[in-house]
Amino acid sequence: MVIEFKDVKKSFVQMDGETVQALNGVNLTINQGDFICLIGPSGCGKSTMLRILAGLDHPTEGAVYLDDVKITKPGCDRGLVFQEHNLFPWLTIYENVAYGLKARHIYKEKKDSVNEFIKLVGLEGFEKSYPHQLSGGMCQRASLARALIGHPKALLLDEPLGALDAFTRMNMQDELLRIKKEQNMTMIMVTHDVDEAVYLSSKIVVMSPRPAKIEEILEVPLSQPRDRNNPEFIRLRSEILKVLDFAGKEHEIEYEI
Amino acid sequence: MKNLKSSSASAELHAPAVSSFPEKSTEQREKLIRFIKPALVLISTAAAEIVAVGLPDSAKHQKAAYPYFAFFVLAATVLYFLIAVINYGKDKNFDKAFYRAPFFAGTVLFLNILNLVTTKLAVLPTLYFPSLDRVFGTLIEDRTLIFKCVRYSAEILSTGVLGGLIIGFFMGVGIGFNKHMSYWINPIVRILGPIPSTAWIPIVLIAFPTARSASAFMIGLSVWFPTVVLTSSGISNVKNSYFEVASTLGANTFWKVFRIGVPAAMPSIFLGLFNGICASFVALMTAEMIGAKYGIGWYVNWQKEMMCYANVYAGLIVIAVLFYLIITILFKIRDRVLGWQKGVIKW
Repeated sequence: MVIEFKDVKKSFVQMDGETVQALNGVNLTINQGDFICLIGPSGCGKSTMLRILAGLDHPTEGAVYLDDVKITKPGCDRGLVFQEHNLFPWLTIYENVAYGLKARHIYKEKKDSVNEFIKLVGLEGFEKSYPHQLSGGMCQRASLARALIGHPKALLLDEPLGALDAFTRMNMQDELLRIKKEQNMTMIMVTHDVDEAVYLSSKIVVMSPRPAKIEEILEVPLSQPRDRNNPEFIRLRSEILKVLDFAGKEHEIEYEI
Repeated sequence: MKNLKSSSASAELHAPAVSSFPEKSTEQREKLIRFIKPALVLISTAAAEIVAVGLPDSAKHQKAAYPYFAFFVLAATVLYFLIAVINYGKDKNFDKAFYRAPFFAGTVLFLNILNLVTTKLAVLPTLYFPSLDRVFGTLIEDRTLIFKCVRYSAEILSTGVLGGLIIGFFMGVGIGFNKHMSYWINPIVRILGPIPSTAWIPIVLIAFPTARSASAFMIGLSVWFPTVVLTSSGISNVKNSYFEVASTLGANTFWKVFRIGVPAAMPSIFLGLFNGICASFVALMTAEMIGAKYGIGWYVNWQKEMMCYANVYAGLIVIAVLFYLIITILFKIRDRVLGWQKGVIKW
């Protein structure tokens, strides 16, 4: 599986009629088994990149290809998890996880996999609960299971851990790595958290705002599991912060004028 | 009378016990307090029976064939205890089973006073405030006609409500999802909807062949408006990310409309249905007063013209029970469908 961003540009027309360049010529190749983190200050277009990849937004110029097929609309080959869990509140956890199978009318054949994925994310015993009865972390797990059940080629994560407390967050990071390993999944994640990016990813894409483009792509040579106190880990983190800081300053100046 | 005695005896026991055996007295006291609730019902019923049977009726009132009111109070009390005992049997919770006892006793007391000032003392004008015996008697003696009227009303009401609900629901879904339908239909809904359905009477009477179909149409109209408005607004308020998630899970448009939009909008749809049904009662009553042959609204109106106020009250009781049942059923359905919601309002 290969995902290719080929010179992707995206601009929005704002309420006042002004055109804002959200992405300015993004080129990126993602390979099978990668864990890519898109990191950068808010408004740098990282979520837009993910939404274009999901097929929810369309690029103004250029295109994204999944195995040489141009992405034009959402599909079950790309799973998506948002910052909010977005579980359907009128369905139980079981029904939420089974939703993709039912929507594609393959529920009868693949019934067993529902329990399998509920187990994968560690929610056994909560099948009959409704989302409002569970904690934020548990809901996010359920929403992971819901996205994974269709065996997507890539899992797109839009700040999925952003709304969780620090402890749950670190816990979920390890869960993500375990699931990635077990399912041999390709994951693309948008995050604000440099520490999280270094801890999880095989490649970190650092982005700059306005004009939104890729500032730097960093390979993370560390093997999993990673130690947050490893000197290389700390070095990488400060390197990213340096790149981001530079990007951030430029951002600030723009606003000061 | 026996109950009156026991409660007064308890009050006497109470005072000396506190000083000598304080611990035992609290226990005893609690025990006694528990039985005060059901005792209140018995006392109130006994009082009502004594007044109803023991005191002579005022000569100003037309005599009823039987002491219907006394029968009714007795039957209601027996029924109340039966239900309470069954409830107690379910979870052995005495306080819960008799929770409504003071209310029931109070209601009987109120009826008792009403009976006293009408049947017994004739304090109120006898024409407009007939004896309770005759009000309850009408329910029994006139039951064939009343039943026929109820059936007739129920037929019109169900036709109108179902028609208005189905059309309103699909129109609301259409407006909520389809830009073209929203463009063409929404203005029509906004202009025609707020017109009270009773204002259509002059047109409806000439446009429809029978009074029945005219009434059903008016009822349908009154249900249709709140249903269509709250269905479409419910759907347009559904979080967009639900649809986005659904499309990444492989859902097609039909699935997104009926498996995301509609269930997510259900709370709002039920609100519309509730408003619509309440409006339909008004429409039904009005429609039946303008040229129906039967129907419970017609019955009340007709009896008023005949100056038979006992029958008017009997009709009102039937209407209250009927509409109460309909709303209760609606809320039961809603509780089932919206069980997933946090803190739903109870009826």
